[in-house]
Amino acid sequence: MAERQRLRTRGPGRFVTRAIVTAYLFLLVAWPLWLVAQNTFADGFDNLRGILDDPDVVHALQLTVVVAVVAVVINTVFGVGISILIVRYRFPGRRLLNALLDVPLSVSPIVVGLALVLVYGGRSGWFGPGLEDAGLQVIFATPGIILATTFVALPLVIREVVPVLEEIGTEQEQAAQSLGATAAQTFRRITLPAIRWGVTYGVVLSLARSLGEFGAVKVVSGNVLGETRTATLVVEEKYLNFDQGGAYATAFLLALVAVACIVVVSIIRPKEEPR
Amino acid sequence: MSIEITGVTKRFGDFVALEDVSVSIPSGQLTALLGPSGGGKSTLLRIIAGLEYADAGTVGIEGLDATHLPARKRGVGFVFQHYAAFKHLSVRRNIAFGLEIRKRPKDEIRHRVDELLALVHLEQFAERLPAQLSGGQRQRMALARALAVEPKVLLLDEPFGALDAKVRKELREWLRRLHDEVHVTTVFVTHDQEEALEVADEIVVINEGRVEQIGSPDQLYDEPANDFVMRFLGPVTQLGDLLVRPHDVTLTTGADDPDAVAGRVARVVRVGFEVRVEVSTGEQVVLATMTRTEFLRLGVDAGTTVSVRVVPGAPVVPVSGSSVRSGLEVPAR
Repeated sequence: MAERQRLRTRGPGRFVTRAIVTAYLFLLVAWPLWLVAQNTFADGFDNLRGILDDPDVVHALQLTVVVAVVAVVINTVFGVGISILIVRYRFPGRRLLNALLDVPLSVSPIVVGLALVLVYGGRSGWFGPGLEDAGLQVIFATPGIILATTFVALPLVIREVVPVLEEIGTEQEQAAQSLGATAAQTFRRITLPAIRWGVTYGVVLSLARSLGEFGAVKVVSGNVLGETRTATLVVEEKYLNFDQGGAYATAFLLALVAVACIVVVSIIRPKEEPR
Repeated sequence: MSIEITGVTKRFGDFVALEDVSVSIPSGQLTALLGPSGGGKSTLLRIIAGLEYADAGTVGIEGLDATHLPARKRGVGFVFQHYAAFKHLSVRRNIAFGLEIRKRPKDEIRHRVDELLALVHLEQFAERLPAQLSGGQRQRMALARALAVEPKVLLLDEPFGALDAKVRKELREWLRRLHDEVHVTTVFVTHDQEEALEVADEIVVINEGRVEQIGSPDQLYDEPANDFVMRFLGPVTQLGDLLVRPHDVTLTTGADDPDAVAGRVARVVRVGFEVRVEVSTGEQVVLATMTRTEFLRLGVDAGTTVSVRVVPGAPVVPVSGSSVRSGLEVPAR
């Protein structure tokens, strides 16, 4: 409290700090994003119309949405499950598991892509040939893209939910149990409502991350036009082929969805969560 | 007997929380588990509730072997020190929780919740969230929630421990009156001996994972089984090798008494209606408390020579570390 007082009354220093932070965020985030939007609409709606009339781009956008939604669903279900496991149970290897969960954030996505190819590759991967014999192609197909996207976004739900679970403690759950609730009833009626905001943030972050995944997807998708090319790959392709208008328009759409998610959450989020 | 605990042992790693504890708790009464923090009383309560499981021993509730039953099948109501209110549910929904889980008809639930709201005096707060209630109100809500499912036994873990002194005293009296109305077998944990003496029909004193004594408040106060119980239930002072309550020490002037010890008044402190006189007998300082009237009649002051003795028939316990532990449970009841 005292510290906050001191910082608040420091006068000119406060404005300098504020100016630095604002300039930093402006130069690093706001301005570049604004330029993408500006370039998208340089010729009015021509760029946007151009990509939306292209069936291959529309397919890529659809693929991206499908992949992102499936990856988010998987990550939400397993993320909540793993969070409960880590917070509520003590077992050998728990710390190791906890550390392992940060790997997807620290390892380069391109490494993730290569690793997945080694495991699921159709010709020489560990599981790949077997799965392919069973009629399921993973690498260079949608399942591989989903796998890669899920991998890179894995920790986001967990990192949002774990602190909330730790904070609410176990007493409410124990009270529910002593009142006759089964484990499933306790989860649905007590635990889930208590962690709902953590889950929501995790879902939004995962969705934004999944929509934007590039490196891992690039390796495992095969980048086949109209089949396994996702929106981020379209952006690269168009940019390299000097179709900058198309690249900016697609990039704009990707950024728009991600920003919209975060804006919506910050609006519907209660100002102060009831404790 | 409503709750039968036999030979219960519980360890947390190397720490022995309970060691071969056996207690019978009678039906329809208000029983206190009393003891210092970390003595194992909360662990015992949680084992009765099924929130912990004993390493050894059995728990019976109303004639049913509950040793391995999960909490939800034991028919116990549990009230936590920090309320454990369901924060996202209104007071009404909190109280209705157990009934909703049991899929009772909506009308019945509403009727029952209204009754309970009246019982705990929270009618006008039914639609509020727990965050909008005071601590005392939250604890009353938690009590109504536990009572809603008509438990066979009601367990309260330091129910008033998080409240300030005034509210604690009010709620404790209210709990006693409530129990006289509802008559459900109730066990509550407390480290406050005054709370236990005032509210409970029966007190189980637990220390270092073992039962020191079981009895009514009067028995515990008048016939403490050992020096631990004596010290824990109220103020004590030492005269010779005996522990005695300061209000059972009398001072006389002049007259020779063969049982008395001679001493000199070292200090006199007056606290309201009570006067505390410290008498030095040479090797020790004995504390005697008396009313102001008695003190004035005695007419002593610092420096006066007096005779000190224990009132005949007053409870005394020999001072010694563990030798009196032999009589852990008092046989005479």
